[in-house]
Amino acid sequence: MSEISKSFAGLAEREGALVAYVMGGDPDPDACSKVIDAVVAGGADILELGIPFSDPIADGKSIQAAAVRALSAGTTPRRVLELAKNAKEKHHVPVALMTYFNIFYSQGFENFLRLAKSHGVDGIIIPDLPLDEASRYARISRRVGVDNILLAAPTTPAGRMRMLASNTSGFLYLVSILGVTGARRSLRRGTLTLIADAHRYTRDKVPLAVGFGISAPEHVREVIRAGADGVIVGSSIVDRVADYRENKRAKVLQNVEEYVRSLKAATRG
Amino acid sequence: MTKSYPVGGRFGEFGGQFVPETLVPALQELERAYLRWKGDVGFRAELASMLKEYAGRPTPLYFARNLTERAGGAKIFLKREDLLHGGAHKINNTLGQGLLAKRMGKHRVIAETGAGQHGVATAIACAALGLKAEVYMGSVDIERQKLNAYRMELLGAQLHSVTSGSRTLKDAINEALRDWASNVSTTYYLIGSVVGPHPYPVIVRDFQSVIGKEIREQMRRREGRLPDAVVACVGGGSNAIGSFHEFVEKRGVKLVGVEAGGAGRGRNAASLAEGRKGVLHGMLTYVLEDEDGQIRETQSVSAGLDYPGVGPEHSYLKESGRATYVTAGDKEAIVAFHLLAEVEGILPALESAHAVACAVKMARSMKKDQTVVVTLSGRGDKDVQIVAKEAGVRL
Repeated sequence: MSEISKSFAGLAEREGALVAYVMGGDPDPDACSKVIDAVVAGGADILELGIPFSDPIADGKSIQAAAVRALSAGTTPRRVLELAKNAKEKHHVPVALMTYFNIFYSQGFENFLRLAKSHGVDGIIIPDLPLDEASRYARISRRVGVDNILLAAPTTPAGRMRMLASNTSGFLYLVSILGVTGARRSLRRGTLTLIADAHRYTRDKVPLAVGFGISAPEHVREVIRAGADGVIVGSSIVDRVADYRENKRAKVLQNVEEYVRSLKAATRG
Repeated sequence: MTKSYPVGGRFGEFGGQFVPETLVPALQELERAYLRWKGDVGFRAELASMLKEYAGRPTPLYFARNLTERAGGAKIFLKREDLLHGGAHKINNTLGQGLLAKRMGKHRVIAETGAGQHGVATAIACAALGLKAEVYMGSVDIERQKLNAYRMELLGAQLHSVTSGSRTLKDAINEALRDWASNVSTTYYLIGSVVGPHPYPVIVRDFQSVIGKEIREQMRRREGRLPDAVVACVGGGSNAIGSFHEFVEKRGVKLVGVEAGGAGRGRNAASLAEGRKGVLHGMLTYVLEDEDGQIRETQSVSAGLDYPGVGPEHSYLKESGRATYVTAGDKEAIVAFHLLAEVEGILPALESAHAVACAVKMARSMKKDQTVVVTLSGRGDKDVQIVAKEAGVRL
């Protein structure tokens, strides 16, 4: 059983997992390591760590801006892997790496995956590697022992949802809205039905975690109540990191930690 | 070879569908619709009529006598796509995809544009077909091509200025893809070149292949044989694929694509010459990237070639050796622009001027009874200010 699966298995009855996203190297690699500490201290069950990419087509303004900050601070994929390694050694938290396919492809998929594994990475989330393209790489991920976490969307038809549920590992990442990442004020109408529908295919098979647009403890509560096994929160953490300046470091980190704590509390109902 | 439909969306190893899950069902829907309509008699008749009556097809194949004399070798012919409505070959594709969007019941059309030619062609096609057009254009490109930006608005399109990333064509595509994912059920994404996820490279190729079909027929009538070489510029590569496609299986016809050599090594937009295999905008193809896989910014005097990727079929044609790809730099393109203007009375688009530069060079080393066809993908009026600036002339 992978670290990610164990994390879901270890939850209390009716408790959901909190997957917290941090853009690796945002606002710079050293400060990012403190952001990770704050996110874990706040109670994140799984750390989703982004590698910034020049052309993030699945991301909205918040994460695009985070990628620009990280890249301008000189963040490289290898530097993000070091952040993963530190987080793993310090906090023993499961780490899922999130980035676009070209970052993997340019280094050779297997080569980079092994490197990631050796830095403590437990899973990968590649938004532009859908099921059909991912199937070419599934065997490599299994051999290396890293979860390849697939995404499902509101447009995914039932038959395909079934295939996604049986091909993903770690969990199934359900994109709750049409569009890109980014905090939304309220849950989209239909999100709760979408969760219930997807849950029929994942139940007894693999955990279901819901992301995109989730920004408030009430969203978390509703999503877990609707049957999700976890929630993924990214942009609204990243937005708090965007305020980072050396002179208000402590305040921003505290803000991140408290925010994550409020989300984690909501995963317990 | 690649005459048929690409199996599994791949030209050899190139192409594919590297897009977020949200868009996968939309691409499948698009493919089903395209396969259903492309052979439909009514659809074909409507497109043929629009191309003829509205866009101005067939375009002439002009024997450039003066240019030929200047080069002093093979006969040079110009395929005059610059004479089409809108001033570029782009309308072949926008009318085709516009009609497809209508058949699919999608009345909101989005598009990306670099220099603005595809944006203008989209605005034109949408106005003519009664569709609503919204065009994404990088803020840097809007600044460089103010006239085209305003032309789109005059034609009823809504312009969105893109301020992310390098604020050029690649970022306009990113933004269009994000819009499409957000509005996928009501919106048709009308991509402007043979790039993007499958089935776009094949759809755009098919709509542009009218260029090569006409070249073949016109050469048959005029010279009684196939051309010895076909030359076209390559950014994303739609006018080149459109020119080449008819001849891919005719091994005697040399196919030459000309990329933007910009200001030299490392400062260009020559993905095939200097790039590596990578994944950008949903396709596996040659891309310009740094050692970490971050997409590099490109440089060219011609905004239409200023793109860090290239259509996957070009990557395949290069790899299989069926087509040859060379570069022409900013300076060579400018020289060719002036040459064609002076000896033939034609202002070519700076994009097309890259192809002219290469064709003249090639013709020189060929025999007098041989023929070179060069596709003039667009007219140069939009580039007059840039050319003046390069010449140090203040308008």
